[in-house]
Amino acid sequence: MEKGMNLTLIVWRQKDAKSKGSFATYAARAVNPDMSFLEMLDVVNDDLIQRGEEPIAFDSDCREGICGSCSCVINGVPHGGQKATTACQLHMRMFKDGDTITIEPWRASAFPIVKDLVVDRSAFDRIIQAGGFVSVRTGGAPDGNAILVPKEDCDLAMDAAQCIGCGACVAACKNASAMLFVSAKVSHLGLLPQGQPERDRRVLNMVAQMDAEGFGSCTVTGSCEAVCPKEITLDNISRMNGDYAVAMVKGK
Amino acid sequence: MNNLFHSTLGKKYIMALTGAGLFGFVVMHMLGNLQVFLGQEAINRYAHFLQSSKELLWSARIGLLVMVGLHVWSAVKLSAENKAARPVGYLNNPTPAAASYASRTMLMSGLIIAAFIVYHLLHFTVKVEAVNLVGLDFGKLHEQDLTGRLRADVYRMIILGFKVPVVSVFYMIAVGLLCLHLSHGISAMFQSLGLRNKAWWPVLQQSAKGAALVLFLGYIAVPVAVLLGLLKE
Ligand code: HEM
Ligand code: SF4
Ligand code: FES
Repeated sequence: MEKGMNLTLIVWRQKDAKSKGSFATYAARAVNPDMSFLEMLDVVNDDLIQRGEEPIAFDSDCREGICGSCSCVINGVPHGGQKATTACQLHMRMFKDGDTITIEPWRASAFPIVKDLVVDRSAFDRIIQAGGFVSVRTGGAPDGNAILVPKEDCDLAMDAAQCIGCGACVAACKNASAMLFVSAKVSHLGLLPQGQPERDRRVLNMVAQMDAEGFGSCTVTGSCEAVCPKEITLDNISRMNGDYAVAMVKGK
Repeated sequence: MNNLFHSTLGKKYIMALTGAGLFGFVVMHMLGNLQVFLGQEAINRYAHFLQSSKELLWSARIGLLVMVGLHVWSAVKLSAENKAARPVGYLNNPTPAAASYASRTMLMSGLIIAAFIVYHLLHFTVKVEAVNLVGLDFGKLHEQDLTGRLRADVYRMIILGFKVPVVSVFYMIAVGLLCLHLSHGISAMFQSLGLRNKAWWPVLQQSAKGAALVLFLGYIAVPVAVLLGLLKE
């Protein structure tokens, strides 16, 4: 049995938000192909710590593809380019012995770099606060299934609800547009009966916040859809555009 | 109203609606041009008909100008915002995932088309002698219609104009870029207007490319025919 792969990593290092940052090259030796990408970084970091160097800062939490924390651009593609896969679920067997791998943070004005590969995605939180919610009555719990939801709408809403807010769509888009994320949220709530009372306000406010955060606009290149680990589709963007027009025509 | 001009989505609406209007014009214009193949009488009668009502002519011209103006304004504004949203790229500038060539070059193709439109207007509408490279004032080309009245001889103007190879080639390149622009633009427009769904999208994308190709062939047919000597004075 061979002793694993030897890789060269070209990694973006940046001390803090104000520093300039630059690429640094590291050798990753004897990488087990069964490791995930983040485990590989853990091993590289252990090595760096032992040598008394600063470890590479990167975001992660669940490491099972559901929280949306992990965020690195691997060889120019957010999450590394394997279909419907987050960086934490990417495995080293995707790479070959001797490969050089570039690792960069999400790049967008609206996602300022905190350190190395860690970016500040609180812009997404503010977009959600602007309208990504439904108001409910407190008090006694309502009967389950009291509100009927057509199966088709339910399916589409569930598809949209899969978005984990990772921001890969923004990172991939040449315009750093957040349309896929925002439209997933607008669709998820707007397709359901519970989301109707705030439907117009929601789309107007979320788009206004999206613009205020400095995200770009959609030019229908499809990059976001191609890298989205949750396979959110461009249909959602179209649905949001439609909702926005309706809200605008109503003069809201 | 405020949202239409200030939000990104509103500006996309302006771009899509004006783009749709311009697409309609481009189709009609091609059909008009192709009448040159029906001979001198047909194309000159058509041109005279277009020129005959100054009121309608100027309504159309102003309408087109407003559409081009709004389209370019929204394109330039949105492109600048998009650039500001992504000031730093990735190492070695990789091509963004899945983005087609046409979709990445919309602003460039659009701006060259705009430059071409200016030339085209000077060439055949304002008839500035200096730009036609023939050494002849196209404004002086006239012929008599069947009743003996004098009218512009558009047929000869087209043939003399396109006999100059540089001019013909420039036209063909510009039209090629227009069709590149439209091969992405027509389908993008449906998404911007919220008119896309799973079932129709593949059809829309293919139709957009098909329509762009038909326009390309329809437009280059005239200069190509002139250069090959199929259309003669
Ligand atoms: C006869 C002339 C033109 C026609 C028929 C036309 C048509 C279109 C159409 C249908 C769209 C799609 C709208 C959308 O994405 O929602 C579009 C987009 C666009 N057009 Fe034009 N256009 C023309 C000229 C121009 C010019 C002169 C410019 C110069 C700046 C331009 C720049 C753009 C840009 C940047 C887009 C956005 C691309 C995108 O959404 O990816 N166009 N155009
Ligand atoms: S739409 Fe996809 S890529 Fe964008 S934030 Fe949601 S899960 Fe991530
Ligand atoms: S760490 Fe949670 S999705 Fe990758």
